[in-house]
Amino acid sequence: MSRDRDSRRLPVIATLLVGLMLTILPLPEGIEQFRPDWLALLVIFWAMQLPRTWSIGTAWIIGIILDVSYGTLLGQHALALCVIAFITVRFHLLMRVFPLSQLSATVFALLALYQFLLFWINGVAGVTAQAMDYWAPVITGTLVWPFLYMFLSGVRDRARAGA
Amino acid sequence: MVASRGNNSNPARIPALGIRVIVLMLISILLMYFDQRQNHLDAVRKAIGVAVYPLQLVVDAPVRFWEWLGESTTSRNELQLEVGRLKAERLLTNARLQRLTALEAENARLRALLDARAKVRDQVRVAEIMAVDANPYEHNLVIDIGSRDGVYDGQAIVDADGVVGQVIATGLMTAQAVLISDTDHALPVEVNRNGLRTIAVGTGEIDRLDLPFLPNNADIQTGDLLVTSGLGGAFPAGYPVAVVDGVTRMPQEPFADVTAKPAAALDQVREVMLIWSGPAVEEQ
Repeated sequence: MSRDRDSRRLPVIATLLVGLMLTILPLPEGIEQFRPDWLALLVIFWAMQLPRTWSIGTAWIIGIILDVSYGTLLGQHALALCVIAFITVRFHLLMRVFPLSQLSATVFALLALYQFLLFWINGVAGVTAQAMDYWAPVITGTLVWPFLYMFLSGVRDRARAGA
Repeated sequence: MVASRGNNSNPARIPALGIRVIVLMLISILLMYFDQRQNHLDAVRKAIGVAVYPLQLVVDAPVRFWEWLGESTTSRNELQLEVGRLKAERLLTNARLQRLTALEAENARLRALLDARAKVRDQVRVAEIMAVDANPYEHNLVIDIGSRDGVYDGQAIVDADGVVGQVIATGLMTAQAVLISDTDHALPVEVNRNGLRTIAVGTGEIDRLDLPFLPNNADIQTGDLLVTSGLGGAFPAGYPVAVVDGVTRMPQEPFADVTAKPAAALDQVREVMLIWSGPAVEEQ
């Protein structure tokens, strides 16, 4: 039983680490603001697929790590990730049966909510930024979602088969 | 984190989900409140920062490897050319330095005559910028030395051409700095030509600073060099900041529209210098 769980955990942790690397990887000025929120997408996927193991607790810890590496207000990303993880877990059965197009629309809404929460907290804390910095990742995030979904489904199936 | 047993395909409800999310949100809000109001959480931040450090190194590694590869495969011919160029440059710099020594001595003598306090020489240390992106909403960078090496919050950072920014958060082995082009950054400067004091504010664009507080009749023109005035306390005086590249005077507006281009290549620097000035030098 425990071996089964470990073998299922390893691929998830690996994807999260890669996601964190992609998040802090330097990109040229101009492209940088279009970087998708990799970790938000990963949290949505794993909370949808394995909601018992990877849900809001994980999302919160990832958020804190993000806050530290970004130097933002401690708890800002944690709160936003926590909220979208909660919504995903709440509706995970529904989302699993959505066709990919409908799922992408849901992901778009979740990413928009995520950015809105960050925007809102920034507003309260007095941090100013250009509107593009918030909304560009929502669009690119939705565009990469179908590919990420297929890739991660492969990872999940392989993890299950290998267990 | 979450103790869970059983099969994931079991469609039963996840227990206590709502309570957990509310508790975590409350913790987040409390953390944000304390982080915003006080600096109690610096220790927490540093601890987690140390945990993220290896990951930053891993991300940084390919970039370093690429640079190393580029350096080690440069042809002999190119290297010889570069050595020649560097030698010429060194000769020029040395010649200038000789003059500088004489000038410094003269300056000290004149200051002594005027009974003015001698200018403290700043102590500097070179730091490398880690190829790590920080906050997307701000112009930040991460450098590879931290509080272990004596870096402190608010410390000035310059490169070979001018002021780059200042440290805003120090970890144990890394430190985060804000660039002068950040929208939240303002820097007290003076025009080198006539000593006119003003404030240079970041615009969010990497190659432009704004000088919003100059009246229409201010004596400023395109090409003026702006240097730090040392009035803010964070930056030592006399480091070049930017060159004025646009002055628009509109009669109906109270202030002139003045922009400047940073002297330092903010998006290209790889190595920067941290400055310990004044009292900090005496302590060490």
